[in-house]
Amino acid sequence: MLYDLLIEPLTYNFFLQATLVCVLIGIVCPLLGSFVINRELGFMGDAMAHSVLPGMIVAYSMGINAFIGALPNAIVIALVIGLLVRRVKISSDTSIGIIFSFLFSIGLIIMSIIGGTRINLEEILIGQVLSVSNLDLIITSILSVTVISITLIFYRPLVYIGFDYYGATVSGIPSEKLDYLLLVLLSIVIVVSLQVVGIILVIGLLITPAAAASLMVKRFKSIIIIGIIIGIASSITGLYFSYHLDLPSGPTICVVSTMVFTLALLRSIILKK
Amino acid sequence: MSIKHNEINIANCCIQVEDCCVEYENILALDNVSFSIPKGSFIGVLGPNGGGKSTLFNAIAGLENITHGKIKINGESPQKSLGKISYVPQKEMINWKFPLSVYDVVSQGKIRGGGFRNILGFSTDIVLDSLMKVNMYEKKDEMIVNLSGGEKQRTFIARALAQESEILLLDEAFSGVDYGSQEDISDVLKLLASGSKTILMSTHDLNSLSDRYDKVLCLNGHVCAFGSPKEVLTEDVLKELYGVHRDRLVDHRIGSH
Repeated sequence: MLYDLLIEPLTYNFFLQATLVCVLIGIVCPLLGSFVINRELGFMGDAMAHSVLPGMIVAYSMGINAFIGALPNAIVIALVIGLLVRRVKISSDTSIGIIFSFLFSIGLIIMSIIGGTRINLEEILIGQVLSVSNLDLIITSILSVTVISITLIFYRPLVYIGFDYYGATVSGIPSEKLDYLLLVLLSIVIVVSLQVVGIILVIGLLITPAAAASLMVKRFKSIIIIGIIIGIASSITGLYFSYHLDLPSGPTICVVSTMVFTLALLRSIILKK
Repeated sequence: MSIKHNEINIANCCIQVEDCCVEYENILALDNVSFSIPKGSFIGVLGPNGGGKSTLFNAIAGLENITHGKIKINGESPQKSLGKISYVPQKEMINWKFPLSVYDVVSQGKIRGGGFRNILGFSTDIVLDSLMKVNMYEKKDEMIVNLSGGEKQRTFIARALAQESEILLLDEAFSGVDYGSQEDISDVLKLLASGSKTILMSTHDLNSLSDRYDKVLCLNGHVCAFGSPKEVLTEDVLKELYGVHRDRLVDHRIGSH
């Protein structure tokens, strides 16, 4: 029984690959998600995810790996959004909203022009981790290790600018460059997460495990560690549910992580009483 | 009455501001501001809201480009002095939602630059020592968001001590801090100034000027006066600063009603 439920799926290569991708995503999403929730970058993250649609559509239509289209698209968008938030005299929410709705629309228009039949829109929008290829796994591993390494190297100054941007700048920290670095890291995490949960749900995977962790522990470091545990656990649990119950993997993973968040919320309410 | 900046021995100057102007969209926030501050001074910067106090602090800190004049920090431009100044911005500029403990915040003083130098840990001695100097050692594990206004300011002063910078800029540091805590923090700052730290703090409190500061810079776009608290607290200066009579300001204190 237990073998059929837990071990048997792992004997299939596609499930093993999906599990490894889920572990990697379960680590990098809460790692960056902890910065996202505490710096209120949720809308920016959601916008960045929607803005990669044109790159993904072009890559799909050319029959090349979606990463190749999505990654440069996401990095450029991250830098443009970062620039606009600083330089343009309209609110950041407004400029982000204008950019992402424009690019999402451009993506849909490109898709209608080049022929929708060759592109599985559902897979782009809600992800399909069970169909990841060997190449996807390799690229995900390389990008995840890169994100984890860079975040650890710059962890202390990234935390400093998140808490006191101006104090950090005066103390000699290159705050503006690090802000852009954070956005680029965020864009990479969004791209690697797209294969698991798709454009629409990526924000859930980014913020829900970190938000659940923030209800359980106080300090930022602890939020990252507990967030990673929740991220890995909920993505793998969701993957098993989707496999056994024949459900779409992206939404199932998101529902599981939201259930963990709900439990954390109930716990915090009970403890407050 | 007021002390001109060129009367001070330039060699001993920590901060020199000469004919400094800062302009926002054709409005002069700072208009030909000049003064010099020697090392080891505790300076109060007095002025109305919109009088240019924060702009001046930002210019000294290197956060704001000046449109005219020059600022020298120990002979160098503010942009070249990044890392040598500790800056405590107004509390509205801090992201209090970021979940850090008192220890986490004070240890930020030991962060150097943006990258690899911060991977390895640093000696915790100076962080703990700084916490003890401001009487915050017992609260080092508490979350900063849960502290009182005075305790938050002590934490930032400890961070400045851990940074070991010569200059400390405190913008509206006593906003929301009760009188007793203000006195305690002032004592700590006076002690630091006597140990050769140069401290600038913006303030709205006229009643405590002479007890706290070595000198007071009165700023309302331009320098109205700069000198010892007794020298600057005159009717003319206060009228230039606030446009009202001295008595209405100075006598507005606890017990006067």
